[in-house]
Amino acid sequence: MSTGPILSVQDLNVRITTRRGIVRAVDGVSLDVAAGEALGLVGESGSGKSMTLRAIIGVLPAEGRITGGQILLDGVDLVPLSQAELNRIRGPKISMIFQEPMSALNPVMRVGNQIAEGTRVHLGYSKSKAAERALELMRRVGIPDPERRFRAYPHEFSGGMRQRVMIAIALSCDPEIILCDEPTTALDVTIQDQILRLLSRLCRESGVSLIFVTHDLPVVAEICDRVAVMYGGQLVERGDVRDVLLDPRHPYTLGLVRSAPDVEHVRDSLVPIPGSPPSLVSPPSGCRFHPRCGFAQDDCTVQPTPLRDLPGGRSTACLHYERCAEALAADGIGHG
Amino acid sequence: MSAIPLGGQAEPDLAAIPAEHAQPRQARRWYRQPALMSGLILFGIILFLAAGAPLLTSYNPIAQNLSQTLLGPSAHHLLGTDQLGRDVFSRLLYGLRTDLRIACIAVLFPFCIGTVLGSIAGYYGGWVDTIIMRLVDIVVAFPFYVLIIALVFVLGPGQRSIYIAITLVGWVSYARIVRGEILVAKRQDYVLAAQSGGLAAIRIIGRHLLPNVITQAIIYAMSDIVQDMLAIVTLGYFGLGVPPPTPDLGSMINDGQNFLTTHWQLTTFPGLVVVVVGLALSLIGDGLADLIRPGQA
Repeated sequence: MSTGPILSVQDLNVRITTRRGIVRAVDGVSLDVAAGEALGLVGESGSGKSMTLRAIIGVLPAEGRITGGQILLDGVDLVPLSQAELNRIRGPKISMIFQEPMSALNPVMRVGNQIAEGTRVHLGYSKSKAAERALELMRRVGIPDPERRFRAYPHEFSGGMRQRVMIAIALSCDPEIILCDEPTTALDVTIQDQILRLLSRLCRESGVSLIFVTHDLPVVAEICDRVAVMYGGQLVERGDVRDVLLDPRHPYTLGLVRSAPDVEHVRDSLVPIPGSPPSLVSPPSGCRFHPRCGFAQDDCTVQPTPLRDLPGGRSTACLHYERCAEALAADGIGHG
Repeated sequence: MSAIPLGGQAEPDLAAIPAEHAQPRQARRWYRQPALMSGLILFGIILFLAAGAPLLTSYNPIAQNLSQTLLGPSAHHLLGTDQLGRDVFSRLLYGLRTDLRIACIAVLFPFCIGTVLGSIAGYYGGWVDTIIMRLVDIVVAFPFYVLIIALVFVLGPGQRSIYIAITLVGWVSYARIVRGEILVAKRQDYVLAAQSGGLAAIRIIGRHLLPNVITQAIIYAMSDIVQDMLAIVTLGYFGLGVPPPTPDLGSMINDGQNFLTTHWQLTTFPGLVVVVVGLALSLIGDGLADLIRPGQA
């Protein structure tokens, strides 16, 4: 990497206390995001993707706690900071876009004021200057007729337009990195595509970095430079998006790729991953994926399997990653 | 073993998209709410009578005329006179004026204090919540009127004591309502979004949460005015309210009680006025509740 990472997460651990025990929602996750880079974070529901994002920006649920690790944003560790100190960073340096644009906007506040609020609080803009900035942002994210829409309430907007508003809010203080928590999941497919194009255009224009959480592999392929795959609260594979999605080195990634429909490679059938996600209260020993893995050997159950670096700037947690290549060759969908 | 396919291609959740806001707006127009409308009309009349008291009656409500005591209703004295020869109709209007004014002012203090404490308890939770809610429990443990009467008795009669007593007792309802609403609302994504936008807690409470939850407290305030009005009248009846000779519905009821068998109008009309005020405010409260509830997305 030519420049150092904007955001560097080191060995992050998040525990959530529930009635059924302590959930190890995020377990030793390490990520680096360079300036202007889009990192995809994929995995099935409950794999800890969203918790990782919420830990990074410091809005864990009340029952959740960071129990270890560092979150370095521009070299500053966010973990020990107080809420007041975090509030100076959230907005101007880091911001977040949520999955449900209808519930992530305040229903009783005018849209324009919601966009303008951040600049007034963080950049000390006057009311009129903040309004001007909000109008400019609305234009940038493609909201037609911003002067009129400024005074509208969120319920007067369609789902796609609301997500554009969320993006405008996230951009308002020129952050260095935006965390996107499944921003297109709640939208229909054509709108999804528009929002993705918008995000990657804004990203290119302003050099802002993205962490893009999704379980939608085609979306990752479209927007991300690198991808990290999460399973059971841990990272299982990390690397360039083409390498990982076309030539996975972890059976779980392979399972994800096989179970996703793909227009370019018409497959006879989608292959589901058998079994269900592991309990994070008492996770399986060794590799957490071994109970569902077709390639599992005896040694998979013994020791934790941390990420190991492979040639080509990628890493995998699988002890027997060569098996994936063999399986792909058998599928006939390797490098397309 | 069941095969659970992974969500490779996201299914767009179309059902969640618009619809819920698409309900016809006409149905929610405020003037189509019969309860709200009749309440507003009734309360308008009451306000007109109270505010226009000096124009509607030529009698001074405290001027005694011992040669004309206990007269029956006539063209001169619409509701007759009391045992000191004061015009009952005039006293009724001025008494309404006093009690309504005190009730409306008295409702503001508990509203503000309860809202602030309730939102702090609800938003922060933890030990702050525990302390505030234990205080609430202590106050709630006493019956409303008993506690108010006891407090005014200790503080001594007069308007100031009424305000203090109602505030000390009344804030708990607002704190409970607002806390409950905030507990629900703070789990909404927009609060998460505001937090991740680096907004301070006080701003999130004031600008994002309270505008979403305050309606419930306002609706309650309507019925709370009724309760305060009744408390003031009760205090007046016990001689703990506004000191005489200032007209007050409670003391009028008490004064007239001695002549109930011969001059029923002395107690009945002040009582009726209290009932009508209560009815009007309750109708407004119900109407507002109906108006606002279906609109909450």
